[in-house]
Amino acid sequence: MTTLEFTNVSKRYKVRGAGDMLALDDVSFTLTSGQTIALVGQSGSGKSTIAKILTQLERASSGEVLLDGEPIPHRGPGLRRYRQRVRMVFQDPFASLNPYHTIRHHLERPLRLDKVVPKDQVEDEVRALLERVRLDPDATIDRRPHELSGGQRQRVAIARALASRPELLIADEPVSMLDVSIRLGVLNLLADLQRESDLGVLYITHDLATARHFSDEIMVLHHGVVVERGAADSVILDPQHEYTRALRDASPDPDKHFAAGAASTARS
Amino acid sequence: MTPDTLLTVSGFSVTYDVDPPVEAVRDVSLELRRGEILGLAGESGCGKTTLAYGIQRLLKPPAVITGGRTVFHDESGQDVDINALDADALRAFRWDKVSMVFQGAMNALNPVVAIGRQLEDVFTTHRPAMGRAERREECARLLDIVGVGRERLRSYPHELSGGMRQRVMIAMAMALRPQLMIMDEPTTALDVLVQRGILRQISELREELGFSVIFITHDLPLLLEISDRIAVMKDGRIVEIDSAERIYRDPQHEYTRRLLASFPSLTGERGDFVRGAEKEAAR
Repeated sequence: MTTLEFTNVSKRYKVRGAGDMLALDDVSFTLTSGQTIALVGQSGSGKSTIAKILTQLERASSGEVLLDGEPIPHRGPGLRRYRQRVRMVFQDPFASLNPYHTIRHHLERPLRLDKVVPKDQVEDEVRALLERVRLDPDATIDRRPHELSGGQRQRVAIARALASRPELLIADEPVSMLDVSIRLGVLNLLADLQRESDLGVLYITHDLATARHFSDEIMVLHHGVVVERGAADSVILDPQHEYTRALRDASPDPDKHFAAGAASTARS
Repeated sequence: MTPDTLLTVSGFSVTYDVDPPVEAVRDVSLELRRGEILGLAGESGCGKTTLAYGIQRLLKPPAVITGGRTVFHDESGQDVDINALDADALRAFRWDKVSMVFQGAMNALNPVVAIGRQLEDVFTTHRPAMGRAERREECARLLDIVGVGRERLRSYPHELSGGMRQRVMIAMAMALRPQLMIMDEPTTALDVLVQRGILRQISELREELGFSVIFITHDLPLLLEISDRIAVMKDGRIVEIDSAERIYRDPQHEYTRRLLASFPSLTGERGDFVRGAEKEAAR
C-alpha cells in the first residue's frame, strides 16, 4: 500500500513587479493506491501547480510532500526512484511523444533506464505493455507517433507511464485533447489499469462530468484553496460550497435542461 | 423555402485537392431560419469548419468548392448567390451580412493596437461615410453590449482576460448588425464559468437583435442547451438534422447516439460509462 501525503503545501510564484502570487494556499490531501481522486477547478486555480510539485518540477514554498512517510528527495538517485513510483501522463499526446522515435523506443527507454526487466526480456515487455493499453503490438511497435491517431498516442503515453511499474499516476487532463468519441475509451482504460494494478490515480480535469464518474473522491480547487472535497457523487449532486455549485451550474447538462423544459411545458 | 429562411445551402461539396484528394464536405443541404441558432456538431476532421468557411467562400487552395450553391435571402427580399459574387461584392457582403467568430479568435487580435482602434477598422472599411465621433460612439456602445465596458476602448489585448478578448471578437462580429454570425468553437478555450457568461450573452443578443447563428463545436451537451436545431456531421455529410430536443430524446442515426453516449451525464445516471467497461476500450 502506497501513500502519498501532501501536507499543508503552499506555493508562491514571484511575479515581476507584482510581488508574490500565492498559487497554492495550505493544501493537504492523501492519495493511496487503489484510489482515484479527481482534482477540479478553473484554469489558474492551481491544479497544474499541484502536479508540478508532485513530480518535483517545482518545489513547495512551504509544507511537505511525503511518500510512505518519507520526504521526496530533491535530486539524485532518490528523486529518480521517486519518479519511478509516481508517474505522470500529460495532456497533449502530440507533444509528449518524440516524433523522431518509434513506439518501441518510447517504451524501451524507461524499461532500460529503470532496469525494470533484464535486457533480453525488454522486447517482450514492450509488447506486453502495448497489449495492456489495448494496442496491437505488431501494428504499432515500429510506427512513429504521427502514424497513430490521438487516442492511440495517448495509449502509448499511458503505456510509457506504466513501464516503470509505478504505484501512483498523475494524469493531468489526459483526455481533453482527444476527440470526444474516444475519450471514454481512454478513461475506461485508465480505470481498468487502476483496478488491475491497484494504482492510485490523481485525475486532474476541468470536466465535472467525467470527474464524477471516473473517481472515488473529488477535490475542488479555487484560487489555490481546496474549497470542497468529498465522495464524487455527493460533491456534484449536493455541493456544499458556493463555488462548486457555480461550477456545476455552469457546466452543460442537457438532462437538467430538457427536464426543466419539459416541466415548464407541462405547466403552461 | 419559407419567407423566414435566411440561408439555403444545396448540394454543397468541398474537396481538398491534394494527393489523394480529400472530400471534406459531401453534398450538404440545409436551410437556416431567421433568428435561429443552428448547432453544427461533429468530431475533428468531420468537415464542420470547412463547411462553415465554404459557405462564405473563405476557403483557400487546395480547397475547392466542387459543387452546390449557397443562397442568402437578404432582409430586403433580395436573394444573393454567394458563389456568384465577384471579389468586390464578396468583400462588401462579408461581415456586413455574415460575420464570423473564429476558433481561438481571442488570439486573432492585433497585440500592438488598442482594441478600440481595431473595432473602428470595421467601420472605416464598411461604413466609410460614418464620421469619427459616431464611429467612436458605436465602438463604445458595442463594448458595453458585450459586457466588456467602454472604458476598455484604449486597452491592448494583453490587458484583457481570454473571456474578455473573446467578447471583443463577438462585439466586432456584431458591429455591422449582420443577419448571420458563424461561430467556430467560440468558447472551447475558455473556462466553464466564462463560457456560461458568453453563451448567455449570445442568447440574449440574439433575442434582442434577431440574428441567426451557426454554432460549431464538438461539445454536444453545450449545443443541446443553446441550439434550436442541431446538425450532426460525420465524414463530410450531415447524418442527422433535427431540433435539439429530438436529437436529445430520440436520435435516429447510430453515430448521433454514439456521440451522445460519449458524454457522461453530469447529474444523471452513469449510462454507458461504467467503470471497467471493456467494450469501448478496443477503439
